[in-house]
Amino acid sequence: MSETPILTLENVSKRFIRRLDAAEKLVNVFGADRREQVVHAVDDVSIAVKQGEVVGLVGESGCGKSTLGRVVAGIHAPSEGRLLWRGQDVESASAELQRDARLKVQMIFQDPMSSLNPRMRVRDIVGEAPRVHGLVSGAGVKDYVDDMLLRVGLDPSFRDRYPHQFSGGQRQRVGIARALAVKPEFLVCDESVAALDVSIQAQVLNLFMDLRTDLGLTYLFISHDLGVVEHLSDRVVIMYLGRVVETAPTDELFREANHPYTKALLAEVPRIDTRKRKFQPVKGEIPSPLDPPPGCHFHPRCPFAFERCKREAPALKEIAPGRHSACHLNDGG
Amino acid sequence: MAVTDAGKTSPIEAAPLPAPPAEAPLKRFLSDFADSRLALGAALLLAAIMIVAFLAPVIAPQDPYDLATVSVLDARLPPGTENFAGYTHWLGTDGAGRDLLSAILYGLRISISVGLASGVIALFVGMAVGLVAAYVGGRTEGLIMRVVDLQLSFPAVLVALILLAILGKGIDKIVIALVVAQWAYYARTVRASALVERRREYVEAAQSLGLSHARIIFRHILPNCLAPLIVVGTVQTAHAIALEATLSFLGVGLPQTEPSLGLLIANGFEYMISGKYWISVFPGLALLLTIVSINMVGDQLRDVLNPRLQK
Repeated sequence: MSETPILTLENVSKRFIRRLDAAEKLVNVFGADRREQVVHAVDDVSIAVKQGEVVGLVGESGCGKSTLGRVVAGIHAPSEGRLLWRGQDVESASAELQRDARLKVQMIFQDPMSSLNPRMRVRDIVGEAPRVHGLVSGAGVKDYVDDMLLRVGLDPSFRDRYPHQFSGGQRQRVGIARALAVKPEFLVCDESVAALDVSIQAQVLNLFMDLRTDLGLTYLFISHDLGVVEHLSDRVVIMYLGRVVETAPTDELFREANHPYTKALLAEVPRIDTRKRKFQPVKGEIPSPLDPPPGCHFHPRCPFAFERCKREAPALKEIAPGRHSACHLNDGG
Repeated sequence: MAVTDAGKTSPIEAAPLPAPPAEAPLKRFLSDFADSRLALGAALLLAAIMIVAFLAPVIAPQDPYDLATVSVLDARLPPGTENFAGYTHWLGTDGAGRDLLSAILYGLRISISVGLASGVIALFVGMAVGLVAAYVGGRTEGLIMRVVDLQLSFPAVLVALILLAILGKGIDKIVIALVVAQWAYYARTVRASALVERRREYVEAAQSLGLSHARIIFRHILPNCLAPLIVVGTVQTAHAIALEATLSFLGVGLPQTEPSLGLLIANGFEYMISGKYWISVFPGLALLLTIVSINMVGDQLRDVLNPRLQK
């Protein structure tokens, strides 16, 4: 890996803290035991994404993958750790550089209805940011918006419509046009096709891949749908309760997963050759992120768990070139 | 997996929806509003009241402030009496000999102006404060909302009375007092809807597009919070008019030289017992009609603008 990664996360954590209010502080004085509630949505995650790569981020709901995506897109600031854009720390950069780096990373959201402002016309939704940032002159906005709409496969005559006048797939395309309008190099897709019909999903996924070749985009593709991730990604990152448990090139991961959690996930992907068997969800519930189990977060559900798993959190170690896994089993027990 | 097998998509999705004409939302709003005959009548009445009030200097038979035309000899004439100049006072005259119809028209003008001015200013103040509270959150929000709670726990009349006792009389002072007494309603209303809106993904999208906070608050969140604000605005304006009348009636509102409806009612109050009812009753009726029609318009607006109440 000689070239600088386009985007690097270094030991990034994101905590959400619900502080005590005055009444709770008061009852504590009288001996009640109210504590601050802390959710480690993202816990010490390091990822490097290379230029032009598509990284799939997979996990159950509530594992922190959306939060991680928002940290990458600059919507949430990390509680700890650093976000590097082309090797440069975003937080300590000058305001101008910071703004540019933020604009280079754009997000495509899950719900195409709530991600578009219902009171704005498409031409304002798409054209506002480039005009504010001076990417295009006031007179050129209309043509610019038309270009963007064409690029995502929408008829430019739609520019005067409101979001509610579109179908789900069209709305998602408007959201993509809005992101593309600030000339990003990196797209974070947060469950971007989960809310769409399967046939529309395919169209939107193909659009993503066309844009990748046309514009040289890099993707962080967040999904719980392993089929979609297998189809799109060069590399897969598996998250469980805020931590990365395994990362590997896609084909290797799907051929031979290392981490017990990944194995459990992969066993449940519907396939033609497994269609006769009954599907079993991964045993047990995902634990509450308010009170994660000690040691390895996965040990209460892991069929191979042993004593050490309850005490010590496994580190993410390189198990083969380009492959990392966080499991004590790799240390030979 | 359907995804892997799906072919290349055609660039333009089929079947674009027929684009409805641009004025459709307004048209639908108007026809929804006219569903209630009562509300439509109230709206027309309100429009009529506003027009005659603001045209008072043109259409009033007498200028009640012009001492040259007002004669004490005409004082307390009952409705329909002809005065010495051969002119008929349809609603009678008050204790100073002013034509009551003219006084009511001028009074309405003052009452409505004060109500609208304080309503609009309170709306902008409350809106800005409520939006900032909802957007910033945390300690700032806690502080602002506690002030709002404190303010709302006092009756509005009491707050306004205390303020006017300090400030003194005058139109500007009563507007200030009404704004202080009412901004909190707007702040609470707008905060409630802004709290919902700011969690929407379009706000996150705007943040990731690098738009400024002011732009996100006023261009993105605010337009989505307007409907409840309009409803509260109409009802609170009626409230402001009533409050101003109350204060003037109590003698702490407007000076005698600028009589609003409340002051007219107060002036006639002393003659009620001697049977000269018209000096108080007619200004009272004018006030009643104004407030009731604004409230009915407000109620209908709430029904029309609230999607949950729509069939």
